[in-house]
Amino acid sequence: MARRQGYDGVVLAAPVSVPYERYSIETAHWWIARALRGTLQAAGMKPAELDGFTVSSFTLFPDTAVGLTQHLGLCPRWLDHIPMGGASGVVALRRAARAVQAGDADVVACVAGDTNHIDSFRSLLSSFSRFASDAAYPHGYGGPNANFALLTDRYMSEYGATREDFGRICVAQRANALRYPGAVMKKPLTLDDYMNARAIADPIALFDCVMPCAGAEAFLVMREEEAIKRGLPFARIKGAIERHNAHAGDPIQLRGGWTLDVDELYEMAGCAPTDMDLVQTYDDYPVISMMQIEDLGFCDKGGAPDFLRDRDMTVTGDFPHNTNGGQLSAGQAGAAGGFIGLVEAIRQVTGQAGGTQVEDASRALVCGFGMINYDRGVCSSAAIIEGGAA
Amino acid sequence: MTDPLQPPKKKNPQKRTVSPTRPPEGRSRATLGLTAAAAEGRFALQCCAECGAVQYPPRDACSSCLSVALDWRDVSPRGTLIAETQIRATTNLYFRDRLPWRTGTVQLDVGPSVICHVHGDCVKGTPVVLWNRLDRAGQGVLIAMPEERTPDMRDDPQLRAMTSDPKMRRVLITDGRNPNAPALVKALKAAGATAVYVGEGETWRPYPHRDQLVALGAEMLELDVTDTSSVTRMAAEYGGKVDILINNARFIRPGGVLARGDTGFARDEMEVNYLGLMRLAQAFGPAMCGRTDDGVNSAVAWVNILAATALSNSPDFGVFSASQAAARALSQSLRGEFRTAGLRVMNVYVGPTDDDWHQPLPPPKVAPNALARSVVAGLQDGLEDVYCGDVAQDMALKFRRDPKVLERELTMGGQG
Repeated sequence: MARRQGYDGVVLAAPVSVPYERYSIETAHWWIARALRGTLQAAGMKPAELDGFTVSSFTLFPDTAVGLTQHLGLCPRWLDHIPMGGASGVVALRRAARAVQAGDADVVACVAGDTNHIDSFRSLLSSFSRFASDAAYPHGYGGPNANFALLTDRYMSEYGATREDFGRICVAQRANALRYPGAVMKKPLTLDDYMNARAIADPIALFDCVMPCAGAEAFLVMREEEAIKRGLPFARIKGAIERHNAHAGDPIQLRGGWTLDVDELYEMAGCAPTDMDLVQTYDDYPVISMMQIEDLGFCDKGGAPDFLRDRDMTVTGDFPHNTNGGQLSAGQAGAAGGFIGLVEAIRQVTGQAGGTQVEDASRALVCGFGMINYDRGVCSSAAIIEGGAA
Repeated sequence: MTDPLQPPKKKNPQKRTVSPTRPPEGRSRATLGLTAAAAEGRFALQCCAECGAVQYPPRDACSSCLSVALDWRDVSPRGTLIAETQIRATTNLYFRDRLPWRTGTVQLDVGPSVICHVHGDCVKGTPVVLWNRLDRAGQGVLIAMPEERTPDMRDDPQLRAMTSDPKMRRVLITDGRNPNAPALVKALKAAGATAVYVGEGETWRPYPHRDQLVALGAEMLELDVTDTSSVTRMAAEYGGKVDILINNARFIRPGGVLARGDTGFARDEMEVNYLGLMRLAQAFGPAMCGRTDDGVNSAVAWVNILAATALSNSPDFGVFSASQAAARALSQSLRGEFRTAGLRVMNVYVGPTDDDWHQPLPPPKVAPNALARSVVAGLQDGLEDVYCGDVAQDMALKFRRDPKVLERELTMGGQG
């Protein structure tokens, strides 16, 4: 099999997060416009100068990236629409980096955003995928909560994880979120709060679930000299992978597609899990964070509960994880949930993270995971990025 | 173990009757294959005609070899319950009214994993059997059942939400004069029906088994399906108390078109068999549709007893068969109309019945007790189509394979 080429000379810059809101009367177009404007302003660019654009969103219907070009006055020579939910951020990075590398575009803006109306979540569920409508929802209509309850139940009985193990992840992320002004969650969370929370779909309780909200995230992909010319702090892409519908024969999901590509990821990046200054996993539910910590080589399969028991996952800890609170505490702004970890990681390794800054952070691992098409997440992605000053 | 069903509390007439809600109805065309199998209580999945791989969820191409030749075949329903949850929050109103709802993942012996409803007596990590049943939206859904029968198994609230079980329900049988009436009353009582009402027209005219009906505990009501005011009057009085309606009214005479000298009997057949059904539906339908979410004794099913020749005409009873075909066609419309409320229409197709009108026909013939058993079993399984007796089952198989071949078979050998 051919090996992936490196991303030499391509960098990430101008990370922007539009502060999340629980409910919004605005549209996805509005949120995406704000994020795009933010990232272009950071780079000192006018919309007309932008020649590459990709967007990820669930609530843009009936529009796609195409409609947005006219709506937002863009004239890109490279355009993409990435409907991969939680895997979108890293996948957008991969697509855009190759476009820049090949000269198809000079600067690509990667944007994700969604609104959240009172009924958004309900209508999103009802038309999410054919398999979900045909075979998952008719059996109790628990949505993603029920799916992940089944995976969590299986994970617990297979590997002996306890609710406290999951709770530790949520509690640490809440502590991180309190340092991050854009987070929806503003109150501290204790392990007792977590354990005593209202049951949603056993064994999942309230604080295992993300809060659907409105928000947007964006960053730019360009050549390194372009970033230097514009005076932008930047991050280099050391390696990136994606995989879809891996391990389809597994009776229930206990691992993701990362396992197929993880060796090449670290080989490309020339480093190991122990070299990471921070890790941003996709945290729609804490069991998925554990799955990533295992599948990306921090410990053996089933070893994440033990591994995390001995570690401090806060910004000041020995294993900084989801440093701005992740989706569990910052909120899940639809497809922006696939960008939150990446955008925060760019801030971290370029020293722009403000209150959540991990000391001397220069290297980060970011994972994506998305799309419960029927009974499991189908898309997985991961990237290792490094601060440009290094 | 399942808690035995408790009798419903006396209804408070000042409280609002719960509005019917339904689980999600939308399905792809491929997935309707599951519904078709559930209508007959079969567990079938798509199998690749080329490589044999069993597929689930239903799809349009084989996920092993991309062949588009996918056939629905009855496969082993056995598997293991490998994960479970109690759903305690949902945005769907139907399930919201019934929380918590037990859902699980079953790894089937034939390969795929399925997300399904889980009966309360199933134990995680142990073998289960999947049943394919119609839900209240009328669509096929899968429910994991314990391997061995357990006490009061049918009383499980999730299973009962999918069936039309007569237990603790009130049943109206429309025609006491039909020789099958006593057997129906007896079987329904034995299945736990709290009340069985039996309609009779022309009450001044005696018939032999009336005393037997009364002795079996039937409550006799004046009801003539050919008389609109009679039907309307009875529906006004009893419509709100009928949970299952079994239309067994039938007018039958032998002969095809040429054997009949005029249209007199044909008119009577249509009056009872077709327009009678329509009158009943117009009078009782709305009340039943309004009570499909009314607790333990909610309105649940509408049963039509039809001759199997409703599927394809048999000239020795050709004109009668035409009235049965008309009734069948009307029942399909009723299915669409009742389904929005979650009221199920079950058609029981019977071969020649063992009665005076079929006396010249050779066996096998369907005895009243056999018919009653099929009706009760069909209700307990929540079916939509029941084929009672060897002749009806044979005809259903042939109808499914090739309706034209069946038509020619049934119409051959006439002396014309």
